[in-house]
Parts: sequence; structure tokens; C-alpha cells
Amino acid sequence: MSDLELRAGVSPADAPRAGDGRLGGRRRMPRPSVVLAAAFVGFLLLAVAWPGLLETAPPDAISPAEAFQAPSASHWFGTDESGRDVYSRVVAGTAPSLLIGVLATAIGLALGLLLGGIAALGGRVLDFLIGRVNEVLFAFPGILLALLVIVLWGPGPVTATVAVGLSTAPGYARIIRGQLLAIRGSGYVEAARVLGHGRAKILSAHILPNALVPIAALATLGIGQAVVWASSLSFLGLGAQPPAAEWGAMLSAGRTYLGTAWWLTVFPGLMIVATTLATTVLGRALTARDGARR
Amino acid sequence: MSGAALTVRGLRIGYGGTAVVRGVDLDLAPGRIVALVGESGSGKSVTARALLGLAGRGAEVEAERFELDGEDVRGAGERRWRRLRGAKVGLVLQDALASLDPLRPIGREIGDALRLHLGLRPAAARQRVLELLERLELPHPALTIDRRSGELSGGMRQRALIAAAVVLDPPVLIADEPTTALDVGVQATVLQLLREAADRGTAVLLISHDLAVVSGIADEVLVLADGAVVERGPTAEVLGAPRHPATRALIAAVPTEVPRGVPLLEAARLDDPNAPLPAAAAPPAGSTADSAPILEASGLRRVYRSRGSELVAVDDVSLALRPGRTLGLVGESGSGKTTLARLLLALERPDAGAVRLDGGPWSESSEAARRPDRRRMGAIWQDPYGSFDPRWGVARLLRDALSVGGQESDERAVHELLDLVRLPTAIAASHPLELSGGQRQRVAIARALAARPEILIADEPVSALDVTVQAAVLDLLDELQRERGLAMLFISHDLGVVRHMSDELAVMRHGRVLEHGDAGRLFAAPQHAYTAALIRHSPRLAWGGDAHGPASTR
Amino acid sequence: MRARRIRAIALRLGGALFVLWAVATLTFFAIHLVPGDPAQAILGGPGSQAPQETLDRVRAEYGLDQPLVVQYAAMLGRLLTGDLGTSYSLKAPVAELIGGQLLGTLTLALAALALAWVIAIGLALWSSAPGRVARGVAGAIELTAAALPHFWLATVLIAVFATGLGWLPPVANGGASGLVLPVVTLAVPLAGFLAQLMREHLLDALERPFTVSALARGETASGIRLRHALRHAALPAVQLSGWAIGYLISGAVVVETIFARPGLGRTLLRATELRDVPLVTGVVLVVALVYVLMTVLTDLVAALADPRVRTAAA
Repeated sequence: MSDLELRAGVSPADAPRAGDGRLGGRRRMPRPSVVLAAAFVGFLLLAVAWPGLLETAPPDAISPAEAFQAPSASHWFGTDESGRDVYSRVVAGTAPSLLIGVLATAIGLALGLLLGGIAALGGRVLDFLIGRVNEVLFAFPGILLALLVIVLWGPGPVTATVAVGLSTAPGYARIIRGQLLAIRGSGYVEAARVLGHGRAKILSAHILPNALVPIAALATLGIGQAVVWASSLSFLGLGAQPPAAEWGAMLSAGRTYLGTAWWLTVFPGLMIVATTLATTVLGRALTARDGARR
Repeated sequence: MSGAALTVRGLRIGYGGTAVVRGVDLDLAPGRIVALVGESGSGKSVTARALLGLAGRGAEVEAERFELDGEDVRGAGERRWRRLRGAKVGLVLQDALASLDPLRPIGREIGDALRLHLGLRPAAARQRVLELLERLELPHPALTIDRRSGELSGGMRQRALIAAAVVLDPPVLIADEPTTALDVGVQATVLQLLREAADRGTAVLLISHDLAVVSGIADEVLVLADGAVVERGPTAEVLGAPRHPATRALIAAVPTEVPRGVPLLEAARLDDPNAPLPAAAAPPAGSTADSAPILEASGLRRVYRSRGSELVAVDDVSLALRPGRTLGLVGESGSGKTTLARLLLALERPDAGAVRLDGGPWSESSEAARRPDRRRMGAIWQDPYGSFDPRWGVARLLRDALSVGGQESDERAVHELLDLVRLPTAIAASHPLELSGGQRQRVAIARALAARPEILIADEPVSALDVTVQAAVLDLLDELQRERGLAMLFISHDLGVVRHMSDELAVMRHGRVLEHGDAGRLFAAPQHAYTAALIRHSPRLAWGGDAHGPASTR
Repeated sequence: MRARRIRAIALRLGGALFVLWAVATLTFFAIHLVPGDPAQAILGGPGSQAPQETLDRVRAEYGLDQPLVVQYAAMLGRLLTGDLGTSYSLKAPVAELIGGQLLGTLTLALAALALAWVIAIGLALWSSAPGRVARGVAGAIELTAAALPHFWLATVLIAVFATGLGWLPPVANGGASGLVLPVVTLAVPLAGFLAQLMREHLLDALERPFTVSALARGETASGIRLRHALRHAALPAVQLSGWAIGYLISGAVVVETIFARPGLGRTLLRATELRDVPLVTGVVLVVALVYVLMTVLTDLVAALADPRVRTAAA
């Protein structure tokens, strides 16, 4: 018998309920994937705050004699065409790579909060207008809006950040609007109105606090994707430029030597993938925890 | 082997060592309807699923005897069960909207069993399904067969659901809460179809928490409590002379025949159905049908517009709430009851008409002007949990409500509120998630009454509660109303509940109030054909005559 | 009923036209409100040091000496006739340039979409299968796939299958073998997203009462997955097709560059680098058109497949 039956066969009312009525296992140990993700994010934060602590060599020290060394005990991720230690460069590149992702997410989220907040709470006319604006912005999918911004203001890390932020904003706006509307239409906001609470009190006591965790989860999920888009722009030469130790730019530069020195492209790429994975896992854990209470 | 369709002896079901069903005996005979009743958690649904081999992978199912159509099915594997399901035993679940795949035409859903068991090709299966739909009197079978459940009316899709279970004429049909959450008219259709199936020689097992549904149709009743059968016998005997507390609690949950003012729990404790009822509590002093209304609505209309289509949710409704009196509002789902409640609470603005509070403006005021008077009105809803901020514990919820009413909001006041709704004070420290449904609704009532309101709007306050808790909550509301002289609007789809709770009754349909008047009179002599049908279809306990004598209301 | 459905479709098409108009307007004004002289750009950028009379001649030729409103009206008029203007850098009609590239990119995108669906359905069925191990492994694959940046995946695929094993060409060659790596690159991350979405809805469908009804009729576990749950899982993914096409086309910018494959994405990137405003605008408009058409199409498909969507929209 498949466990399909287990999922579907027993009505929730009759199934034995483990710890019936308790807060859905909130005090359980977090899952191993969450622990791993948290540990990796800890490593990233350390690399941003004190890169010197993790680096094994100065990231910009050129040493032509040691060029193109494969990964070894002394150079964990190998060396590049100028003999620079790839591991140390990856560590040094954490700050600029993450900074673009985090700032872009912050921009996107701020715009999304503004648009989504006004749409949800500002009345029907504004909701309609913002809805149309959003629909238009959605017609610039992916990095299209970003490329448009770059063509107008020229390439560079600042433009790339703003561009990625802008192109993620409509998505955030839509989700945030939905969340705020759900909260505004919820039974507890209705109950607060019936009790006689004013708009400001309802907003500060119910709507904003309850929106906070889902929005934090959204931001965590978004950082990973923002890092991917921002490094894509750097890879295309439209964001951070080599010789900056930014992951996308490093990858772009290393691509020339793909046949001979695979480690130049693989390790910066792995960092991007791991960062995205870690933020996704954490963001989901946050969402799941919040969902258990509703 | 006798002619039994299903014989079960000593059925035990456990999950991970915890026994859920402990030794159930069951005999189903062709042409007879056996009802298995009990409150949720009593093990009745698990029992039903086990009879189809669907108790779940983690379930430990044991039985001394387990014979389906003469075949010993103890220890049958999934493959063997698959051959039996649909062919030897069919299952009907509640609400076809959820129990039929909304993305597939009903013809395909019904024809599945033919394909799986007889290997019929689509064309042949379709022919058989058409014949069946005709036999079940579905209008326009040739059109209906290609519709999906969401495109059919409530009665038609329920017929389709039953058709899917009986297409192969299985000797045993199990119906698990087949009428729950359905409007009364559709309920009547479902019960009639089950009766017809039995008349054709099927053995029917009807599982329900609702004794009123069971009483009209079952030949035999088994009452399940905590995984064991506590009472069994012919329907009239069990319902007429209940011996076990569990049975009485179930009876108490069907208040149709219990007069207004008589506590339901006391009424059900009577061992002897012919003994006199406990006295009805006196109505609060000074509450009469013609005292001045505190809340009055006139000509209310509310229209919802979306993308060019219009829905008139409330249409020209006038009503009045008076201190100490309850106005019952009854209607099927979608009749506009909840919209009306929201208009009275001034959560929405009427498109026409007005609500007046104590003679002064209410719906026409600005929200700021209304705010000071909001404390005069309390409300409770069907889903108490949804009306609590998920971040707040019980104490904070109640303190918040006390503070807006200008009351003391210290620990003592919170405890007094919990006392009022008969909850232990220790509950103040819990989160609503840790409470049972009944406890949550009590907390909701405590919150609604914290600011000492004069009016209480109760929108389906017991529909989501376990049957045995329903009676207690209804008794509490009745008592609190008398203590505090509350003017109450009591909204429900359940005519029986409304009748027990109300002095006056209003029947609503398609946004309009069809009939409005004294509850007793309206029941005795309904003026409108719809009201009459509602009363007729509304299931009520029937065990050979009106046990409590003529229903008297004050 | 019928009139209402026609009305709903008309509304939807009207909305689509509005979006296209707004995209055109937005790009037009954004470009003209930003400092920088288009005439300079036409003549090869600010460093060209073209004499004043050349600039004036170019301005007159491109209508740049007209007031902004006139230029805007002229642009709209040209758009209606399908004229997207003239590229600054290639000095050729934008419509022709795009027309020559569109097919290649659409082939790439649609092939990737099809492959992504196949992978996603497989992954979703696998990850919703019984057993913690299968669920964990498939879930991890979905998560990782969705986290892969196109440029890195392409690089790794080239390193392994082209440079390393030599099975496939590292650059586009116009044939089918040259299409494999670009399509896989685009499809895998999208498949990760789709599979996550589908799994969520698949598991949700498996918990709904209609699966119990189906089991009670004697349906097999796999029958329930394929005949019932998969439909419910596919529908939300179908509704994302507009987004998916947009995602694929913007991914094509990277993929076409890496695999040296001619197409819209690569044209867009070159135009961006050269600040060729008409060409960028043209590509953006065409992509917006594809996106809008795809959304309208998927909305109609969803409404046909699910009566609940239809009533919700009406």
C-alpha cells in the first residue's frame, strides 16, 4: 500500500493527533538542511565582516610563478592566470557580490512595499492604477528591464544594482499586496474593527506585525535570486568589471581558460549556487514556521 | 454463510500503538440502512475507511471476523482491496464539490469504476453511465455527462457523486457524512437516494454526527464513543430511550424540539422521554415584542459588482433588534446572511437603506463618529480562531477588548471574563492554538462581551463546533443573553438551532427576507412556500411521535 | 453566458493592448528624458567629435529636431504599421533585424520550455512519491536546479560535454547537436522552479477528498497521480507560461552570448553595449508582445481547463 492512502485515507478529525493543539512542533530541532544553510550564511557573513580571518593569502597578490595551479592543500581552490589564490579571491569577493544582491533586494523590496502597500491599503482607485503599472512592468521579464536601465545610464555596479532592484520590484509588489489584503480581510482585523479600534491602531497592532515575518521570508528568498541576476550582469560585463573580485566577474574572466583551468569558473559559480540555496532554505523555513501559526 | 453483505467482529484499529477503534462489531444486511454516529474523534470515519481497506499505511487493522460479501478480507493486500473497492463496496463522501475531481467531467469520474473493474472502453462506459444518470433522474444526461462538478447545481452534483459509488451496484455502500455542509434541500435529495439504493437491495452504512439526519432514514443505530460502540439498537429505541451519555449529548445537539429557554444539556439528560421538560427560564424583564428597538435596519440593500456582473447580496431588508430578545436569521448558503450581519456591524456601507442605533445614525455616520459607540455592539463568528490575531495569547486578546470598552484590563478582569464563559482561569496563559474548538468559541464570546455591549451579532457561532460542544455553547449564549439583557441576532443555516434560540425568525433567500415573525407562529404556519419546504426538509429527530409534546415557545 | 465569455476575452485583449502601448510609451520617454544626445550615439558615441552640421543633418534625418510630442506621435504611428525605426549602430530597419533573429530565439525558448516541462513533471512525480529518501533527493535536485545561474551552468556543461568528453559542439553550429547544450542550460533552472510549484500542488491535490473517492472506486496510486493530481499540478504551472517565456528570453541573452548563437538575446546585449536605443526599444517591445500573447493564451487555456477559473474571472 502506498502512503497515498495514509495522506488521503484518514480524515484529520479522526486521525490520532500527535500533541493535539500544541504549537505544531515549534520547539523541535531544526532540520539538518536548515542548520547547514544557517552555517553557510554564517560563513558568508564572516567573509563580509572579517575577510582576513578566512583568507589564506592576500587576494590581489600576483605571483606569476604560481599561475594556473590546480586545487591543492596550499591553494584550496587553485590559482588563476596571475597566480592569485582563487579561494582567497572568492572570500574577498563575497562582500561585493552579496552587497549587490542585498542592496538590489532592498531596493526591490522597498519599491514593492511602497507599491504593494498603497495598492492594498490606499483604496480602490490607487489599487487599480498600481495594478496596471505592475502589469506593464511584468511585460519586461527577467533582466530586460535591467538591460533597459543599463542602456540609459551606462554599465557599472551601481546601475546593475538599481537595475536588478527595479526588475524585482513588481514581483514583490504583487506578493506584498496579496499578503496585506489577506491580513486586512482577515477575521482578526474585522474583530478589531468591531471592537472599535481605529485605522492607525489596527495598522500598527495587527497588519504590520503580521506582515513582517512573511515579508522577511520573502526578502531572504529574494536575495539568492538577486545575487544570480546581479552576477549574470557582471558576467556579461555590465556590472562589476574585472579585475574586481566579484563572483560573476571572476567567472567571466576565468572562462577564457575553461579548457585548462576549470577551477577558475567552477568555484565562484559554486559560491553563487550555495548562496542561493542557503537563502532559499532559510526563507522557506521562515515561511513554514510562520504558516504553522495561521 | 447468511445473507449478510458485511460482517465485522472485534474490529480494532491503531496508529503507532495508540488504539483508535477498540472492538467494533458490525453487521450490514441487504436493503437495510445502519447508522454509525458519534462526535468527531470517536473513530467513526476511521472505521468507515477501514471497511474499504483505506485506513492508511500506518494503521494496524485487526479483526476476528471481517467478511465482505462472503469473502474473508482479513489481511488483504492493496491489490486485492483495489479489486473490491468500487465493485463490492462503494464510498460516498460529503460535498461533491470536493469529493469529485473538479477538473474532470462527471461522466469520466463515474465511468472510472467501469474502466478499472470491467475494462470497458470509453464509448461503452459512457453508454452505461448515461443509463445510470437516467435511472438517477438527472436532467439532460447527455449534456450533464460532460460537465464538471463545479458546473452543476448542488443537487445534481451530489447525485453524480452517488452515481460514481453505485455504478457497479456494490452490495455495500458506505456514506461518510454525506449530508454535512449541504443545504437542506440537497440533504433531502441525498437521503432519498440512499434510501432508494437500500430499496434496491444494497446494504448501506451511514456515518454521521447528526442524529436528525440519521433518525429519518436508518433502520438501526450504533453510537460510537472513544472507539467503542456504547449503544446499539433499532433507531426508534436508541433515540427514544438513550442510555449512554454520548447518545444524549448527540441528541442535545439537535435542538429543534426543545423549547426556547430550556437548557439543551438538561433537556437531553432526561432518561424518560415522557417526563416533563425542565422549566424554561423566564425571559429578562421588560423584553417584549414591542419594546423599543435598539438596532433598526430599514430597506437595506447591498450590491457587489465585479467585471460587469452584479450580485445583489442583500435586497430591501428591514429588521429590528430589541433588548433581551433574539432575532433568528435562517437561510441557505449564499442567501446574504453574512452580508446582512456585516451591514449591521457597519463593516460595510449599504447601497440603499440605513441602520440606526438607538434611534441615532449608525450606517450613515463616519467611522470616526461610530467608533465610541462600537463598544455597544459585539460579534462572534463561525471561525473563532480566524478572529484572533495569531500572535496573541488569550490574556492579551481579552485585555485588548477590555481596554477599548474603557474597562479595567488587569488580570482580575480577565479572570472574571473567563469565569463568565465558564472557562478555567488558567487558560489566560495559553495561545488559542492550544485550545479546543469549543474553548476558542468561549474565548471569542468572552471577548465580544468584554466591553459590556448591549447587542450581540452571532454569525453561525456553532456550525464549526463538534456536536457535543454545540449544545453547551448555545446554552451559554442563552444564559448570557438573559443575564445581560442582550439584543441578539442569531444567524444559522440550521433551522433547528435557530428555532431553539430565537423569539422571532426571519427567513432569507437570494438576499431578501421572505418571511419574518414570531418564531413559534412561523414554524406552525409558514406563509411562504420556501419556508414550508425548509421546515419540511429540515431533519429533525423522529422516533415515533413528538416525544416532547407539542413544541411550545413562549 | 456566451456574451459574458466574449466580453471577458475582449477585456483581456484590451488589457494586453494597453500593456503594449504603455511599454512603448514608457521606453520612449525614459530614453528621451535621460541626458545624452541621440545624434551623438548615431554617429558612434560621445567620442565621435562629429562636426555640428553632421549632427544637424542626422537630427533632421531621424526627426530628432521635432518637439518631443511630435516625435512620440510619429513613433506611435510607425509602430502601428510595424515600423520599429532604424538601428543607430547597424543602420538598418529594426523590424528587419529583429525578424531575422526572432525565429532562432523562439526555437531555443520553446524547446527549452518543452524540455523544462518534461523534467519538471518527472521531478514532481518523483518528489511526491512515497518514501522520505525519494522525496528528499528529488526535493534537493529541484532546489539546486532552480539555484543554478545560466552562465555558470552553460560554462560547466561546455567544460564537461564539449571540451571534456567532446560529445557536443561548444558553440552553435546551426544544427540540432548545437542546440542541445543551450536548450539544457535554459531548461534546467526553469524545470527546478516549475517542479517546486507542481510538487506543492500535487501534494495538495493528493490530500483532497476526491482522491479518496477515486481510491474507493478502485483506482491505483499511480492512476491517481496521473489522472487526477497531475492535472491540478499542471494548471498553475501552465498559468506561469507567460512568465516562463520571459524568463527564457532573458536567459537567452546569456546563453546566446556564451554559445555564440545568433538571436534576439545576443542582439539585445550588443545593442545595450552600443546604446543603440531604437534596437533595444524594438527588442523590448517584441519580447513584451510575446509575453503578452503568451499570458492571454495561457489565461484562455486555464479557463477552458478549469471552470473555477472561468467563474472567478467573470
